[in-house]
Amino acid sequence: MDKKHCKKHYDVIVIGAGATGAGTARDCAMRGLSTLLVERFDFTAGATGRNHGLLHSGARYAVTDRESATECIKENMILRKIARHCVEETGGLFVTLPEDDLEYQKKFVESCRLSGIDAEVIDPAEALRLEPAVNPDIIGAVKVPDGAVDPFRLTTANAISARQHGADILTYHEVVDLPVSNGRVTGVELLDRHTGERLVVDASLVINAGGIWGHLIAKKVGVTINMFPAKGALLIFGHRVNNTVINRCRKPADADILVPGDTISLIGTTSSRVPFDQVDNMDVTQEEVDVLLREGVKIAPSLAYTRILRAYAGVRPLVASDDDPSGRTISRGIVCLDHATRDGLEGFITITGGKLMTYRLMAEWATDMACRKLGHTGVCRTAETPLPGSEENVGEDKPRKSHIIEMSTDQLAAQGRHGSLSSEIEYKSDTDDALVCECEEVSVGEIKYAIDKLHVNNLVNLRRRTRLGMGTCQGGLCACRAAAILGNELGKRDEALCDLASFVNERWKGMMPVAWGQTLVEAQFTSWMYEGVCGLEPCKDNIKETHQQ
Amino acid sequence: MEYQVKNISPNNFEQCIKCTICTAYCPVLAVNPDYPGPKQAGPDGERYRLKNPEFYDKALKYCLNCKRCEVACPSNVKIGDIIQMARLDYDKKPVPLRDWTLANTDFVGSMATKMAPIVNTVLKMPIVKKAMDVTIGVDSHRQFPAYAGRTFESWMKKKAPDQSVYARQVSYFHGCYVNYNYPKLGQDFVKVMNAIGYGVRLLEKEKCCGVAKIANRLVKEAKRDAELNINSIRKAVMEGHAPVVGTSSTCIFTMRDEYPHLLGVDNSDVREDILIATAWLYRLMETEGVKLVFRPDYKARITYHTPCHMQKLGWTIYSVSLLKSIPGVDFVPIESQCCGIAGTYGFKKENYAYSQAIGKDLFEHIKEANVDFVATDCETCKWQIEMSTGVPVYNPISVIADALDVEATRRANGLV
Repeated sequence: MDKKHCKKHYDVIVIGAGATGAGTARDCAMRGLSTLLVERFDFTAGATGRNHGLLHSGARYAVTDRESATECIKENMILRKIARHCVEETGGLFVTLPEDDLEYQKKFVESCRLSGIDAEVIDPAEALRLEPAVNPDIIGAVKVPDGAVDPFRLTTANAISARQHGADILTYHEVVDLPVSNGRVTGVELLDRHTGERLVVDASLVINAGGIWGHLIAKKVGVTINMFPAKGALLIFGHRVNNTVINRCRKPADADILVPGDTISLIGTTSSRVPFDQVDNMDVTQEEVDVLLREGVKIAPSLAYTRILRAYAGVRPLVASDDDPSGRTISRGIVCLDHATRDGLEGFITITGGKLMTYRLMAEWATDMACRKLGHTGVCRTAETPLPGSEENVGEDKPRKSHIIEMSTDQLAAQGRHGSLSSEIEYKSDTDDALVCECEEVSVGEIKYAIDKLHVNNLVNLRRRTRLGMGTCQGGLCACRAAAILGNELGKRDEALCDLASFVNERWKGMMPVAWGQTLVEAQFTSWMYEGVCGLEPCKDNIKETHQQ
Repeated sequence: MEYQVKNISPNNFEQCIKCTICTAYCPVLAVNPDYPGPKQAGPDGERYRLKNPEFYDKALKYCLNCKRCEVACPSNVKIGDIIQMARLDYDKKPVPLRDWTLANTDFVGSMATKMAPIVNTVLKMPIVKKAMDVTIGVDSHRQFPAYAGRTFESWMKKKAPDQSVYARQVSYFHGCYVNYNYPKLGQDFVKVMNAIGYGVRLLEKEKCCGVAKIANRLVKEAKRDAELNINSIRKAVMEGHAPVVGTSSTCIFTMRDEYPHLLGVDNSDVREDILIATAWLYRLMETEGVKLVFRPDYKARITYHTPCHMQKLGWTIYSVSLLKSIPGVDFVPIESQCCGIAGTYGFKKENYAYSQAIGKDLFEHIKEANVDFVATDCETCKWQIEMSTGVPVYNPISVIADALDVEATRRANGLV
């Protein structure tokens, strides 16, 4: 959307297009509130795009945090219905290693039962049959309803749904100020990060869904939220090592979850407190890589020799409860703050804490509060209404022009990524049939669809919408092709080279911590092609920073 | 324990750095846009198939299994094997009757040789060819090779000169083509071997090498034949202390590489003793002082076509060197390119046009070379080139046998 079409006044402005913000915008719009969703970078640019993609059964929290566990299993079942195309029902295992205490399993299963999680103790041999990647030395196994969820798709689907219900969306618009008048936040002042223009949009209520950055937003109006950034690092392996989620049955610790996510597998996470000034600087250290590998190999021995594509880290927005400013009782639970009652500031609420799994519930709480404050009588329907792409039987996929053999792999892959919306992808010519990203099977048709319908400004956006550049070669082959299409489609050919250079650098950033073996060869090959053969130079433009987000 | 010292994955698929050289060398992709190409069908597709077998693309059936992708790969990825394994593991459709018939060269051959004159006449009849085209999809342009009235095995047992008189022995894997269609090649091999003082013996039991069964997804049957062949070969090598040589590059390649890679049949103890006849002969000349003497009146302008599996074996040099060593030979080199037939592949109606398009350049090069005949180590390449160019094609062993001065050779090797 262009800001020219932006209304002067909205019922609600939601800040932050992570899963929670997009979900809140959707809920508000579905309940009939006029809604604007603003985001300083792209959808999922923060913690939403930097996690495990685990569809928690809640089992992981059953022993330590029953409230979170109960929320998880409920949302787990809801997401299976409303977000079918974002979820893979892989099932999960909690395995006990010889070095772990098998006694913990009893406590674990009992806690799962109390939280309403279906946890079944199975024979280790049966676990090995279910998931051959699991360490054959395990002494115990429990089956739980874990799964995988794609946070990029989930957030995009929420944003599309919000738009379908009349919400407006502005990405690359940063909230620089929250105008206050008579003890009330009256809207937001936005900075267009592409043009440098500023604009003020009024709203009856502003919802802060900025994740860890939410405390900075609150600070603009003198409100303090006691947050504790916790960094978590993960490694992405080059292909599926496992097809079932493997967790370690012990008190939650480093690197004890291996999740199959789309074409790859992810081991994570670490957990370390980071100072606030480091939340935008998420470099993965050698120590973190070592811990992830050392512990990961214990649950799936093949990680010792499987190629690693990249490493990345995200920040959990953990919140200390208001009556404990020391932060000793940090909860992973949902925190929904009405700043009118808490801080005496009207027209402003913050939704934070929680986790990807509970984004919908967080949105529901925030929207409930918004409706209460605005005197609106909408009923939440997000738990029943499927997200766009997850509806059944909507349109048929268009047959390929040239491919005579049923559905080609990239069409099936696109169906997996966009669900029923894949029927909107057009294959008008042989060119549309051609592949842009070969590793992840993304066609020209799909790229054009994403540019046209899914709020795409640059290559990183395109990656999040389609998996372009997320495969083995990390953009080596596809980045230049995609940059050309993007430049043509958006009419921004001048920026294409700069975008390309930023994208290739951003890919390298994730490869660097694991740059050995074939991953290093791959990176060298890519730089040889782009820098050596094509003469691509690093982008010196100030757009660079924006492009990387 | 050291982690991540190296990446290990089935068929080295993780070694792929996406350089795409394989795609540039694929003969199929150049003519058939429906085929995803070796990189896409191989290491790229494998990632998706590991996620979910539903991502198996039926277009993989267009792969010729020529292995030119593997020859081109700088990272040693077994691209062809990945594709063939995917076909064997994920294509669950029943094998059609036509494919079964084409694949069972042994069974069909043993039936057909019994009634060779009738079968040969019938298979040439236009109405029969048309009927096979329409009903089961064997392209009517194709002519099945004529069946011999007597198998090579039968000739060896009843008609061949006594082979036990030779002190040194070699085992011969004749293959289906020599046995059922063209015993003359086997006889040529015996002639050459005898001239240098080697007796030829058959394996205790020999079945089809299995390449056609593998190509047509008859894995169980192929594995059964492979085990039988490897046991016979093992016996010949261990007890007879002689290598097993053959005159078909595909049979030899299949037994050396496809057995362990695709069928899981271990041949590691005898693999190095399975050789193509020209490679073995060349080795004898280099290391044992064996000499070939050719007729002074032999004159021929020839070229050599490199069968894909010969390219993969890396043995073209042996056949070409032997041919060039014939004084009367005027040798015209041509580029190594796939002829397009790929065994039973080119017989299938749906593949015929691609098959011919793949071979088009090669056919032109052969015609331009203006040779008396083409030499090649593969029988199906022979059928394809003869049909598509009208130029006759012979196995290098037959060429050597034809040019050989047997008496002079025996003398040169101290046999007289």
